[in-house]
Amino acid sequence: MSAFADPRWGEALSHLSDYLGNHVRVSVAALALGLLISLPLAVAVRRRPLLRGALLGLASIVQTVPGLALLALFYPLLLALASLSLAWFGIGFSAFGFLPAVLALALYSMLPVLRNTITGLQGIEPAILEAAEGVGMTPRQSLWSVELPLAAPVMMAGVRTAAVWVIGTATLSTPIGQTSLGNYIFAGLQTQNWVFVLFGCLAAAVLALAVDQLLALIERGLRLRSRFRVALGGIGVAALVAATLVPAVARSPSSYIVGAKTFAEQYVLSALIAQRLRAAGLSASSREGLGSSVIFSALATGDIDVYVDYSGTLWANQFHRSDVRPRAQLLGELQALLARQNITLLGELGFENAYALVMPRQRAEALGIHSISDLAAHASTMSLAADYEFFSRPEWAGLRAAYGLSFRTQRQMQPDFMYAAVASGEVDVIAGYTSDGLIAKYDLVVLEDPDHTIPPYDAIVLLAPKRASDHALREALAPLLGRIDISVMREANLRAAGGDSAASPEAVARWLWEKVGKR
Amino acid sequence: MPAPPLIAYTHVGKSFDAGRGSTPVLAVDDVSLEIAAGELLAIVGGSGSGKTTLLRLANRLIDADRGSVEIDGEDVRAADPVALRRRIGYVFQSGGLFPHLSVGSNIGITPKLLGWPKEAIAARVDELLELVRLDRARYRDRLPHELSGGERQRVGVARALAARPKIVLMDEPFGALDPLTRDALGDDYRGLHDKLGLTTVMITHDMSEAILLADRVAVMRAGRLLAQGSPFELSESLDPYVSEMLRTPRRQAERLSALLPLGDQA
Repeated sequence: MSAFADPRWGEALSHLSDYLGNHVRVSVAALALGLLISLPLAVAVRRRPLLRGALLGLASIVQTVPGLALLALFYPLLLALASLSLAWFGIGFSAFGFLPAVLALALYSMLPVLRNTITGLQGIEPAILEAAEGVGMTPRQSLWSVELPLAAPVMMAGVRTAAVWVIGTATLSTPIGQTSLGNYIFAGLQTQNWVFVLFGCLAAAVLALAVDQLLALIERGLRLRSRFRVALGGIGVAALVAATLVPAVARSPSSYIVGAKTFAEQYVLSALIAQRLRAAGLSASSREGLGSSVIFSALATGDIDVYVDYSGTLWANQFHRSDVRPRAQLLGELQALLARQNITLLGELGFENAYALVMPRQRAEALGIHSISDLAAHASTMSLAADYEFFSRPEWAGLRAAYGLSFRTQRQMQPDFMYAAVASGEVDVIAGYTSDGLIAKYDLVVLEDPDHTIPPYDAIVLLAPKRASDHALREALAPLLGRIDISVMREANLRAAGGDSAASPEAVARWLWEKVGKR
Repeated sequence: MPAPPLIAYTHVGKSFDAGRGSTPVLAVDDVSLEIAAGELLAIVGGSGSGKTTLLRLANRLIDADRGSVEIDGEDVRAADPVALRRRIGYVFQSGGLFPHLSVGSNIGITPKLLGWPKEAIAARVDELLELVRLDRARYRDRLPHELSGGERQRVGVARALAARPKIVLMDEPFGALDPLTRDALGDDYRGLHDKLGLTTVMITHDMSEAILLADRVAVMRAGRLLAQGSPFELSESLDPYVSEMLRTPRRQAERLSALLPLGDQA
């Protein structure tokens, strides 16, 4: 009982109609598109063994691509297509969110539908096919009135499998900008909100089971040739779809969309920005859990209006610069680079979230390590852990070159778990983030970078091209600029990692405003 | 004076690919055969004798490589195969009923394909159920899997007759049935054949059945037509295979008449 008294269940529930509605929409669209492609393809290749093998092989290969990667691949692909289409036909479209999610999920749904349709059609007794020909059916009549009805139960089993896969995999469409039940899971994982994670998993499972059972009813109806069951299942599916579509139609679209990347600090800052916009009488909503390069393209194309990025990230990742400049100079150049894409650099928030090599204070003191150059002498006996992208980033190459760093082992880790791992001695050093509250909590120390190999990572607010001269927006955000220093942000991040109801991004954002707004 | 042939095979040949590398198999080898209107012809032969292929050449389920097949004086190659099949009844080996359709829908399928009005189809289905001695109220809405083998074959015959064909082709129609059912169904069909003035080509591997039901019998072996004629004409054939085929019914007849003397003594 007491577990459900947690107010976070209520907060989770308040997002349900939005997340569930979007989840059902993207799943239904993907499944419909998948069926529309797979069914005719399966029928077309059923008597052509060579094509059949090639098609099934291709679908199997698609299936082996991890869902997250497949979804992520569609974003740049569509982005390129969209710019081509704009250049050639003058028609642009959004490569963000719905479209790439639907296409990737549709592709994902094809294998079970193709395989079961082909198996179902091949499983029909040759004598029945001969009889269809013998009574005077054309090949088309034989297909529609004999082959497809007889294969229908097996085909439906394939559709069921596809539906469950699509509903499950749709939770991974959050990072490419499609709101789904995955928003609970991604946000929960980043902010250590296990209630959200659990809620998202349960909601996705219940939805998948419900759809599966309704489709099972239709399948049994087809097998037993019971029109009643087929109709009942069909009505159930239609009702489910309608129930999730109605609130979407009724809801008014929000005018400002605030983006957030996939870590807790970003969730807090996007909540803070949305709160400020609402306080200024503007309507705002968030798109959270977006991938690092997805979020920048989404801003450039206007799919989101505002978000917080870090100067060094843009410098290295977006503009592919490997040289390190002093802070002010880098910011100035960055502003000019962004202006070329009509993106406004509104200003700095006042803190840096840079990569830094971090280790327990006691151990560092015992070994006499203060800077990365001190560390280099010990590195060959030590292990280093970092997030999933650090080892392929220019900072790492720069550090190795500047200090001759070479660790005994290197490991990749979920960022939330790194600090506990280094505090417990499971790894010796981590590539942490300077604004992370866990540095103070676990009594860790940030090693100095005397050669300034790591570029500055000032938190900066970016505005979409279409918001460049939006004064209401600029005024609403002005009170945040230059106000958030590293110690406040660290404490905010520590609160966000608290794992209780005061740790929700909304609550931490309110606390943060209390701290900085009155200065 | 003999009636003009309704079906005429003239020097017909057909071979099949036996798979990669091997030489094609000659399923029908230079067969000439005429079937007169109103006649019931049985084609007898072992498995692989080419009898089923010969039957299917008539409604173009298979096309001939050589020679010609004529129906009512018209070469079948000039006819649209789908239209041709709709005007020729076909009874399949084990019924060949569509498992997802009711008895009524199975029987009415060819009229439906021909675009008959609904009421006409329903009336025709009832008429046919009566003709094959199945109670219409009890059977019309049943599914094939709810029927016995004999009932299924009666539905198969009704389906073949639905669009009022002049010609019926039957592929071992009673082969899978128990002897009693088979006997009754055979007699019933012969009655329908005479009553409706049909022309029937029936395939069987059972010489006794062929002799008892057919006007004429054709014997096939390895794609070749060895002999054709009335049972009496066949009995005069010098072909050793034909004689061997006739030996079994003869011996059965002798033994039966010895064991079961005519009359009603106990």
